[in-house]
Amino acid sequence: MDQKKIPQTQPRQSWTFSNEVNSEIRRAAATGIYDIRGGGAKRRVPHFDDLLFLGASISRYPLEGYREKCATDVVLGTRFAKKPIHLKIPVTIAGMSFGALSANAKEALGRGATMAGTSTTTGDGGMTEEERGHSQTLVYQYLPSRYGMNPDDLRRADAIEVVVGQGAKPGGGGMLLGQKITQRVANMRNLPVGIDQRSACRHPDWTGPDDLEIKILEIREITAWEKPIYVKIGGARPYYDTALAVKAGADVVVLDGMQGGTAATQDVFIENVGQPTLACIRPAVKALQDLGMHRKVQLIVSGGIRTGADVAKALALGADAVAIGTAALVALGDNDPHLEEEYRKLGTTAGAYDDWHEGRDPAGITTQDPELMKRLDPVEAARRLRNYLAVLTLECQTIARACGKSHVHNLEPEDLCALTIEAAAMAGVPLAGTDWIPGKSGF
Amino acid sequence: MQTIDMATTPLRDLNAALQAQAKQTNQTAWEIVNPKGAHAIAVGLDAPIEVTVKGSTGYYCAGMNKQATVKVTGSAGPGVAENMMSGTVIIEGDASQYAGATGRGGLLVIKGNASSRCGISMKGIDIVVHGSIGHMSAFMAQSGNLVVLGDAGDALGDSLYEARLFVRGAVKSLGADCVEKEMRPEHIAILQDLLTRAGADAKPEEFKRYGSARTLYNFHVDNASAY
Repeated sequence: MDQKKIPQTQPRQSWTFSNEVNSEIRRAAATGIYDIRGGGAKRRVPHFDDLLFLGASISRYPLEGYREKCATDVVLGTRFAKKPIHLKIPVTIAGMSFGALSANAKEALGRGATMAGTSTTTGDGGMTEEERGHSQTLVYQYLPSRYGMNPDDLRRADAIEVVVGQGAKPGGGGMLLGQKITQRVANMRNLPVGIDQRSACRHPDWTGPDDLEIKILEIREITAWEKPIYVKIGGARPYYDTALAVKAGADVVVLDGMQGGTAATQDVFIENVGQPTLACIRPAVKALQDLGMHRKVQLIVSGGIRTGADVAKALALGADAVAIGTAALVALGDNDPHLEEEYRKLGTTAGAYDDWHEGRDPAGITTQDPELMKRLDPVEAARRLRNYLAVLTLECQTIARACGKSHVHNLEPEDLCALTIEAAAMAGVPLAGTDWIPGKSGF
Repeated sequence: MQTIDMATTPLRDLNAALQAQAKQTNQTAWEIVNPKGAHAIAVGLDAPIEVTVKGSTGYYCAGMNKQATVKVTGSAGPGVAENMMSGTVIIEGDASQYAGATGRGGLLVIKGNASSRCGISMKGIDIVVHGSIGHMSAFMAQSGNLVVLGDAGDALGDSLYEARLFVRGAVKSLGADCVEKEMRPEHIAILQDLLTRAGADAKPEEFKRYGSARTLYNFHVDNASAY
């Protein structure tokens, strides 16, 4: 038989050993070290996209979009703090460090958040003058490394966030490679220039919820019980972690799911440890409800918030506010297609660039290189962030009004349905077209 | 001498009174009685006052201290003088875990023994322990000096950076990247000064110095077994 006439089977790629998987095997074989990157989980997980709002109907009447008010203000820290925080919008800026980000980027976040009437947050590396000066409301993170920690900055913060974990790496510490440990960063962290800095994964002077309660007492005593104390947890065991944070005396719980970003961590950690944001919210809210503390201890949810719809869905599931990190960086100019040529030179493409730890960010955001930093105009970038925050708020209001709510906090799980069984189970809302909540009601 | 009785004065009032002292205050001597192991005593002070706690304290006594001299006549619970910025803290008895954790300045003197993780993540503080210290002390210690007249437990100075460790007695084991180093004249001078200020009756020549081998400062796969 003429071999040329035999039909040929199409080459078939393995689902298990895909080109992407094989490329990582080859990279690992060549280097002997795991892949480190920034950002959050890139894998597809059940998310807010899998939920829909029902909208108004005969039994629910909507509010007029351009006439009837739909309030968006949030008060955080009403439990114990003498000076709770008042925000105009339910979207805050998540903790990101100076060191991981350039000084210009931190300034832009402060300016943009302030224009929008919300807060921004320090990170692992202490408080810079740029962000304190340009942030009307600044949350000061209290991290295991305690880099730059001092009582003066505690007192000039507007709130204090005790970081127990983060969604990208629950149980993991920080990492800042030598390329980004410049003289200024090194001085703030009491470290030699150019070393690979690894932050501790747990606090040096407390372990467990009973200790945390005493640690919070100490911080309150140092700050005269004025500041709201947040406790930030990664999406590991949201019911119990929330309950324990409340027990320890938190004013606010910040809950970060696995899509939440990091400056740099092992890819295997980011993709395989922690739960999706969607799966974390209802258990956390249930913990608050079981303790009679829902709306008394506020809940901020982060990890994969991109649109006003995401904001509205998080609030409907019981959050008081959300925090954005990755989306804020994109608004500043991160991964912008106009830099495609430069991303290509770095072996990547716009939208996929995540080697933030290498400090070569062409957008001037995740770098300490003086020349690259200059590329980010903090005033222009702040304007973009302000605009983006305004759109998130308008979108959230649009949905809330369509559901007949005069405040975005009046959104509720009953306003939602799910497109998939997984999302229905995680969010605790019915599968679309049914009254079935997997795990809670019969089909 | 101002005396505050914790049997009748709430912790908040105690700390508020001490924190309210101005840098030029003439009320420099304070005595706290009946501490009964309370937590967060004399935290966040920022004035050159002298506070004597008559008894033993709980967690975080003298936390984040600046300028003040705080003396505890008994023993101190975990995290004494944590993140101290300046001033002096003296513990007549023993200290529990994490003594002087993340401290950035000042002098912490422990007349008795200190438990595990003494000087963890220290960032410039000087610590002098007249007795011995427990395991994992000076873990990830960044800068400052830890002086131990007695012995040190397991894994001393694990993953430390630029802190100097001086131990007179036995060291059960050294942690990753911690090595014995040459005692040069400048180290003798530093040690002599610290011993004098801490009221310690010991000669610098009796001590050995330990510090970072600096082999783990930049990650290399060949060192993976060290972690």
